Amino acid sequence: MTFLEVRNLTKRFGDFTALRDVSLDVAENEFVCFLGPSGCGKTTLLRAIAGLEPQTSGTIRQKGRDVSSLPPARRDFGIVFQSYALFPNLSVADNVGYGLASRRHKRAAVAARVAELLALVGMPDAGPKYPAQLSGGQQQRVALARALATSPGLLLLDEPLSALDARVRLRLRHEIKALQRRLGVTTIMVTHDQEEALTMADRIVVMNHGVIEQVGTPQEIYRAPATAFVADFVGSMNFLTGTLEAADRVRLGAVTLACPPQDGLAVGAAVRACVRPEDVRVRDLPADAPNRLTVEVTDLDFVGAFCRATLRAGDIGLVADFSSNLVRDLGVVAGGRLDVALPPDRLRIFAA
Amino acid sequence: MSLAAAAPARTRATTVRPSREDVAMRLGVVAVAAVLLAIVGLPLWALLAKGFEDRDGHFVGLANYMAYFSTPALLNSALNSFEVAAVSTLVVVPLAFVYAYALTRAVLPARRLFQGISLIPIFAPSLLPGIALIYLFGTQGFFKALVGGQIYGMKGIVIAQIFYCFPHAVLILTTALRTADARLYEAADALGASKLRVFLTVTLPGAKYGVVSAAMVVFTLVITDFGVAKVIGGNFNVLATDVYKQVIGQQNFSMGAVVGMVLLFPAALAFTVDRLVQRRQVALLTARAVPLVPKPKFARDAFFTVFCVAVSIGILAILGVAAWGSLIKYWPYNLSLTWANYRFETFDANGWDSYFNSVRMALGAAVFGTILTFVGAWLIEKTRGFGAMRGLVQLLAFLPMAVPGLVLGLGYIFFFNAPANPLNFLYATMAILMINTVGHFYTVGHLTATTALKQIDPEFEAVSTSLKVPMWRTFLRVTVPICLPVILDIAIYLFVNAMTTVSSVIFLYAPDTKLASVAALNIEEAGTTAAAAALCIVIVITSAAVKALHLVADRFLFDRLQRWRQR
Repeated sequence: MTFLEVRNLTKRFGDFTALRDVSLDVAENEFVCFLGPSGCGKTTLLRAIAGLEPQTSGTIRQKGRDVSSLPPARRDFGIVFQSYALFPNLSVADNVGYGLASRRHKRAAVAARVAELLALVGMPDAGPKYPAQLSGGQQQRVALARALATSPGLLLLDEPLSALDARVRLRLRHEIKALQRRLGVTTIMVTHDQEEALTMADRIVVMNHGVIEQVGTPQEIYRAPATAFVADFVGSMNFLTGTLEAADRVRLGAVTLACPPQDGLAVGAAVRACVRPEDVRVRDLPADAPNRLTVEVTDLDFVGAFCRATLRAGDIGLVADFSSNLVRDLGVVAGGRLDVALPPDRLRIFAA
Repeated sequence: MSLAAAAPARTRATTVRPSREDVAMRLGVVAVAAVLLAIVGLPLWALLAKGFEDRDGHFVGLANYMAYFSTPALLNSALNSFEVAAVSTLVVVPLAFVYAYALTRAVLPARRLFQGISLIPIFAPSLLPGIALIYLFGTQGFFKALVGGQIYGMKGIVIAQIFYCFPHAVLILTTALRTADARLYEAADALGASKLRVFLTVTLPGAKYGVVSAAMVVFTLVITDFGVAKVIGGNFNVLATDVYKQVIGQQNFSMGAVVGMVLLFPAALAFTVDRLVQRRQVALLTARAVPLVPKPKFARDAFFTVFCVAVSIGILAILGVAAWGSLIKYWPYNLSLTWANYRFETFDANGWDSYFNSVRMALGAAVFGTILTFVGAWLIEKTRGFGAMRGLVQLLAFLPMAVPGLVLGLGYIFFFNAPANPLNFLYATMAILMINTVGHFYTVGHLTATTALKQIDPEFEAVSTSLKVPMWRTFLRVTVPICLPVILDIAIYLFVNAMTTVSSVIFLYAPDTKLASVAALNIEEAGTTAAAAALCIVIVITSAAVKALHLVADRFLFDRLQRWRQR
């Protein structure tokens, strides 16, 4: 069921258009990530949905109700900011109960709900402390509990993990995701961190220059990027320039590669063929493997869990990720030669 | 998604219905605008209009201005004012710069003591240094031979102004010099730059905006100050004393208004220069800057210690002479001590009442002024939309800084004394003195409050709204407690200024609401310098005591109240 319906949303700040005719559906209980580089409009979209930064034109419907022109106070959402925005002069319990106390709940009921929420975020004993006495990760948990306290229909997270250090960030990713699953609250999170989006989201909305580039599950976004921008922004990608020789063949200099059939592009068009570094195959290549190339390893960088190899075959230069095992087993060394294949179904073709 | 993208783009613009709360806050902004209009904007407008009228209120165009500029004596005062202000600025700013440099860049023994001493003049009415100079160098002075027997006039005014303006310049320059990034100095050292070069390329550029600001503030203070020139000016006329003479002496309100406008001009100009320069100032201190902590260095520290001791002795001497003089039976012939000069009822019909009037007025101005400034600044910061009205309030809030107290006070006569004005009932009451003081000193409080509010996470209100908590509740439960130290700063600032101000209230008091600072001026005018000195000392003690109380409260009380600040 469609929970949130965004239609033709445009937001202008003076001459600058931050959102251009954006439309989007979010299903109930879904976890959606807005992903994009800074300035792409993702935060603007989130703030428009909250009513904090009203759109210039367009409509937003939440649970069938048109909220486009409602002030934030009359919309139904909870929000968590990158800065946490915890009230420093109130204790953790008072922060979490902030939205409850003013709704004329009984004191005991508020206390019980606060205790429940603090337990939910794994901080049952933090109630009497002040925010300044907590670590960043703990503060973010309290902010989350505060946003959830009033049981909002929609949870908005504005770069909630960006201010945390890497280790805490990893742990909180899982905690937030698990919490969201458990409560089933429809959630939108803004992030510029692709890994965060890939691990947490049910669906990812990739944005650039105020428009949506692609909406899809993490797998779809990663495996089948709809545009060159998405291909480049999410994960690492080799871009090889050439021309489309036939609907399913692309010529890159002296080499011709088989690719999935392209109906959207004219034969002879200038194109970019993309392949992910980890999709370059080396092991168990049949003699007649399609797109088989003999390459020279010009560089081999040790990255830890794997090695990143820079390969060259005539005019084609590309990088490939090889596992440490593979490097050891096949004796890959800089300056050596190697047979690789670029599986046609892993090749994506975009107009240049 | 494709289905949505295919839908035709609708261009209907969204108009967000303001919530009831938005409406309430906008009404609040309108109310603040109305108040500021009444206490600043309209009085100034009344003054401007008065300059184009004759004594009977008929419009006469520029006739008053023509008369002014063709009267050599009046024009001469303008030149005198300018000269005094320029000379005082040229002396005070370098002096204050070295002092501030010593406070921030050298290792001084008892640095806090030196800092405290430099602030003492703030607690005194401006006539105090004038009185002290009369004791020292006046016709009956101990050292009158030193100045060739003539302290009255330009020489006296400049010396008194140095005392009076010094703390303001030191405060600004200390702030400017304190914001230094140690890494810049380390880099300069590593590159082998000479001391002079480091000073010229790192220290001075970092502080140049502070220097300009200090110069403009001192210039404005001197040109608009009334107390010093009144007490020690003698026959040396300046703009401020001319306004007084035209209005009180000759009852020529129109000419008073003209001189007021002439006085407004340099003050407004200095203010504009300062604003323009400040706008170009970018944040020198990034979050990653390493604060500069001076390391002990004997020769340098010794030099600056000697300098600070000398300046401090100067300040304390002036204060001390005034205090001593107030306790002397008959200067300089009978130096035995007495409390007689503190029996104010023998010198002025109001006696000690004027002192209690001052305290009442200062308390009222501090309480109401602080509430108005802080709530006003909050409304400007937090009201959504409504840009034009907020801009108007912002402008009105800045205006008083550019307006000399005498000019504002004069405007008050014209505005509040007009029979047609429904606010006429305020005239000659204690309330109008409070209102005038709040209006006169509005800008600094507004700036302080705005700065503090800007430092608070702007998402607090967004969070509250999402939790359906009304803004006023977050204001009372979160914003006010967080800003409590700043709110107290504003209150103390208003209190101290209300105790010491003379210029704007001199036109507005009634016989039963006379203030201590005004009484001191009257007593001095009547020739009883010792009693005037005594009243000044009482004012100094009161405002300094309130400030000391504030510091103590800050130190002990807030340690408990603001427990949440501790990590």
